[in-house]
Amino acid sequence: MANDSTTAAAPVRRAARPSRRRQRLTSLAGFLVTLAVTFLGLLAITFFIGRIVPIDPVLAVVGDRAPVAVYERVRQEMGLDQPLITQFVSYVGDVVTGNFGTSVSTGKPVIEDLARVFPATLEMATLGIILGVLIGVPLGVFAAARRGSWLDQGIRVIGLLGYSVPAFWLGLVGLAVFYARLQWVGGPGRVDIFYDGMVSPVTGLILVDSIIAGEWEIFRNAVWHLVLPASCLGFFSLAYIARMTRSFMLDQLSQEYVTTARVKGVPERLVIWRHAFRPIRVPLITVIGLSYAGLLEGSVMIETIFSWPGIGNYLTVALLNADMSAVLGSTLVIGAVFIGINKISDVLYRVLDPRAR
Amino acid sequence: MTTLRDWLIDDSPASPMQARLGRFYRIFGALMRNPLAVVGAIIILALVLTALFAPWLATHDPLRQSLSERLLPPSAAHWMGTDELGRDIWSRVVYGARITLAIVTLVAVLAAPAGLVIGVAAGYFGGWVDRILMGITDIFLSLPKLILALAFVAALGPGIENAIIAIAITSWPGYARVARAETLTFKNSEFISAVRLLGASSLRVNLGHVLPLCTSSMIVRVTLDMAGIILTAAGLGFIGLGAQPPLPEWGAMISRGRSFILDQWWVATMPGFAIILVSLGFCFLGDGLRDVLDPKSGEQR
Repeated sequence: MANDSTTAAAPVRRAARPSRRRQRLTSLAGFLVTLAVTFLGLLAITFFIGRIVPIDPVLAVVGDRAPVAVYERVRQEMGLDQPLITQFVSYVGDVVTGNFGTSVSTGKPVIEDLARVFPATLEMATLGIILGVLIGVPLGVFAAARRGSWLDQGIRVIGLLGYSVPAFWLGLVGLAVFYARLQWVGGPGRVDIFYDGMVSPVTGLILVDSIIAGEWEIFRNAVWHLVLPASCLGFFSLAYIARMTRSFMLDQLSQEYVTTARVKGVPERLVIWRHAFRPIRVPLITVIGLSYAGLLEGSVMIETIFSWPGIGNYLTVALLNADMSAVLGSTLVIGAVFIGINKISDVLYRVLDPRAR
Repeated sequence: MTTLRDWLIDDSPASPMQARLGRFYRIFGALMRNPLAVVGAIIILALVLTALFAPWLATHDPLRQSLSERLLPPSAAHWMGTDELGRDIWSRVVYGARITLAIVTLVAVLAAPAGLVIGVAAGYFGGWVDRILMGITDIFLSLPKLILALAFVAALGPGIENAIIAIAITSWPGYARVARAETLTFKNSEFISAVRLLGASSLRVNLGHVLPLCTSSMIVRVTLDMAGIILTAAGLGFIGLGAQPPLPEWGAMISRGRSFILDQWWVATMPGFAIILVSLGFCFLGDGLRDVLDPKSGEQR
């Protein structure tokens, strides 16, 4: 150990001055390695889950009355007689080439299903995070500016409610109140049944597709349906973002430079938005990224409630039918997007914050 | 009374026992000065008492069906109304407290020690042990918990035991991280070196001296995680992969009430209030405990 550090120290000292680019390249390489390892880990976990299923995949193909010879042949064809590590390697190969298997419930390749349902989730989660940022950030700033006031206490409770309200319950209550009682928003589904399938999917995002097709009626109807599920999702990101914004702002407001600005007579509004808020924009990006990734997960519950034809709904249907290829495929995609967003916000943080470079 | 208090807050305790009780007294006192923490503690206490005394608190048999009394609104006879099989919702919510308490306790008992051992081992031994253990931990941490739990339950098969196992599998990494960080701060301190010089084995050092020092931050972390565990368990129950009927699990109850949400709102909403109340209680208590036990960690969640 001691030997290691002395030999390693010398080249580091030499390299430190001349090449900043090299340093960046090494950190990029390190980043790519962690990313690759994390994805491999995800694959290992889904592979492992696929192995512990008590259903025999061979029996599922040949049926339970097949003769032993047929059973053995199919088993060999499926590669199940190979050692686990070989099976894992071929599993990784399959996934990388987009072969996620076939869904039992839809009868189509899982990858096709996922490509079809993913835009719906993306649309809802994106609107959700926009709502969360637009409302959550100002709320957090106000709470910090009026620390200890009723407003602050209220925002604190909202923040904690974000951790304690079940998403599916919120969706149900939202439907009962805003759809059934008040009729302010549309019911389950992406559009009224009447409009279903009337715009051809170009991007899969119905808001964009209806604009492309020039169908304003459908666009309005889609917004009408999207508002409630997106608001439910938005509530959770709002709660988290407001809570984190508040704590970042409190950190900044206790700094000496803020006191200096106040002493100089800078108006309080400028102190808050120009002096205190600017430095927290970078850490907020990480928070927003985390929250966005979390929404993709939260959408599983919300989609079930709103019969939203997204990946969450696809996953729950697959879960109930024990359709393992579809379950593992959805898990992989949600996991990969989750990891991807987290890592991107990590990189953004490092690029934007001069202290982290 | 004053003498007991003086004995408890004595600056030079005569025995380890006195020191420990004194510490406990100070923590308790600080916690009781935080109003939200008190509210949280009361809610959790209420949950435990409800679970213990469910047969006395329930007004009806939670499983007895009475089809002539289907979907009755809340009234004096049925405080939270009845569900689609005529079962009393209040009684089911009360018995549901037992299930919720059992789930959070079992998850904590399974996941916290596992995370603790892994984290302490990684922190104490360092080197490749640390790299491998933390590599695995980080992979688990970077994956979405709920989705992972769903996939595990799908593989293991629906049921409350499998739901508990799946949630435990997804929650240990957070504890491992905390335990490792704590261990690193103690590892090179003089009292650990002293114990080692006395010839203690690494097992003894860890079990006797490092593990106990990690407990306070672990307690904070576990309490803060409880709300998430309750929500995940309820979510599994809601989807139909957790507790199976006729168990009065809150998430499953909401799922049954889903079809009646537009006209008989109480069937789905009442168990939801129970979930929110208990989760909020754990959040309040966890926040308070963190302020007292682990002030430096701040709002990092």
